[in-house]
Amino acid sequence: MLLRTRPAIRSSEITDKKLYLRRREFIQAAAVTAVGAAAGTLGVPQADAAPSWPRVKVPNFAKSPYGADEKPNAYQDATTYNNFYEFGVEKEDPSNNAGPLKTKPWTVKVDGLVDKPADYQLEDFIKPYALEERIYRMRCVERWSMVIPWIGFPLASLLKTVQPAPTAKFVEFTTLFNPQQMPGQRRDVLRWPYVEGLRLDEAMHPLAILAVGLYGEYLPNQNGAPIRLVVPWKYGFKGIKSIVRIRLTDRQPMNSWQLSAPSEYGFYSNVNPSVDHPRWSQARERRIGEFFMRPTLVFNGYGDQVASLYAGMDLKKNY
Amino acid sequence: MKPTVLAAGLLPLLVLIWRAFNAALGANPLLEITHETGDWTLRFIVITLAITPVRRLTGWHALIRFRRMMGLYAFFYGSLHFLIYVIADRFAGLDFRDGIWAWSTARGLVASIWEDVYKRPYITVGFIGLAAMAPLAVTSTTGWIRRLGGRNWNRLHRLIYATAVAGVIHYWWLVKADILHPAIYASLVALLLGFRAFRT
Ligand code: HEM
Repeated sequence: MLLRTRPAIRSSEITDKKLYLRRREFIQAAAVTAVGAAAGTLGVPQADAAPSWPRVKVPNFAKSPYGADEKPNAYQDATTYNNFYEFGVEKEDPSNNAGPLKTKPWTVKVDGLVDKPADYQLEDFIKPYALEERIYRMRCVERWSMVIPWIGFPLASLLKTVQPAPTAKFVEFTTLFNPQQMPGQRRDVLRWPYVEGLRLDEAMHPLAILAVGLYGEYLPNQNGAPIRLVVPWKYGFKGIKSIVRIRLTDRQPMNSWQLSAPSEYGFYSNVNPSVDHPRWSQARERRIGEFFMRPTLVFNGYGDQVASLYAGMDLKKNY
Repeated sequence: MKPTVLAAGLLPLLVLIWRAFNAALGANPLLEITHETGDWTLRFIVITLAITPVRRLTGWHALIRFRRMMGLYAFFYGSLHFLIYVIADRFAGLDFRDGIWAWSTARGLVASIWEDVYKRPYITVGFIGLAAMAPLAVTSTTGWIRRLGGRNWNRLHRLIYATAVAGVIHYWWLVKADILHPAIYASLVALLLGFRAFRT
């Protein structure tokens, strides 16, 4: 048995008595509060406060078999935790600042190497296509992920309508530029307007959609209203929001994040657990709402459908 | 006065706790706590560094009584910041080959922290910043001032300059595109260190 012996000098005799007492109180108070904080954050769900944006149901859309096995994140998660630098760089900025964005009327310009270039009013742009729900995993390059039930239509359907010229090899998308309504654009955090791109065969893939809604409702502004791209096997920033222009081209577009930090973000940006971001590992991700991180899946788990697009390519070099 | 300031230093933590229990930390609460504790570490470092210049400029010498407390709070929030990182960023990302309660978990955790500190420059710099504060916290007692002698003690405690610089670099390297906040802290730290360099 071990008996603890008293030390010959008690620490209270070394340190000045008053200071010692205060120090002890301090440590006690600090310890209690720290433990409280840690316990408190685990397991408390986010408050479901009434949102400040209008919520309008999408009248007609088909349920689709995609992703029916995944449990979607809370509506609150998907609509208050956003990267949309046009409204500020903090995650809560878009849901706080995107209210003034005017999405009616909205024009989408389709031009470049197409047989039928046109400026479309949004309603006419969407009308020809049957809307369907797609429940997709969304993996952000920042190591978090969500599952979101989008409503939209395949990008391929649109491309078939506008008929790319034989020389077209890439599709370039551009976000609205309007610093008045998008306060984040008043500072040069990124080169505005935001630009993204896909190779034409990627854009034609049936998993790539143009989304107009989520959770059965039209997109709130912070999620990229009125129309945005969703490419579930790529990092979230490829999903360009509030699109005003779709241009077909024979040159690989320079996307905004690549322009900002070419050693960290490439053109392809396929989800890939074995290619680290220079500043963090991409091997795992935190699904929003969970504590333990999940292993990240190559092509975000959509490899069976999309891996053939990249046959023979070095995905470490083409990150 | 001193108890009031002491209590005030705990306010950021109390606010965090309040937010935690009221589900007001957003969708990613663990990262939010990481950011808040990181911010407060840097703020307390800036406050600590500001005390001497403010005393000189205003003649309000009683301020010196709070310098040690501010420094200890910097270390306190820095330790919380590190602890949250260890739990939420490292522990939560282990693979638990043999279940959670296994030696391999402990070994994996140490290896995972070490790998990150070794491999990611912004983590390396943060770690150096925190490590530099540890001897200052230990020797913050009156007993240690006596033992070391005022001159040596003062010399040792200049390590806080290294922490301030490390903290700014850490922040600068971790932001994705917007360097506004790290740039503000960089100017503050440059100003406060510059004051020391140029006064004779
Ligand atoms: C072992 C030491 C440290 C580690 C492992 C560490 C780790 C981290 C991590 C993981 C983040 C979040 C990065 C992200 O957004 O993904 C962070 C943020 C931050 N850390 Fe540290 N850190 C350390 C020490 C320090 C020290 C000593 C300071 C201050 C002097 C500091 C100040 C900050 C600040 C200001 C932020 C950003 C807060 C914000 O974005 O609002 N850290 N740190």
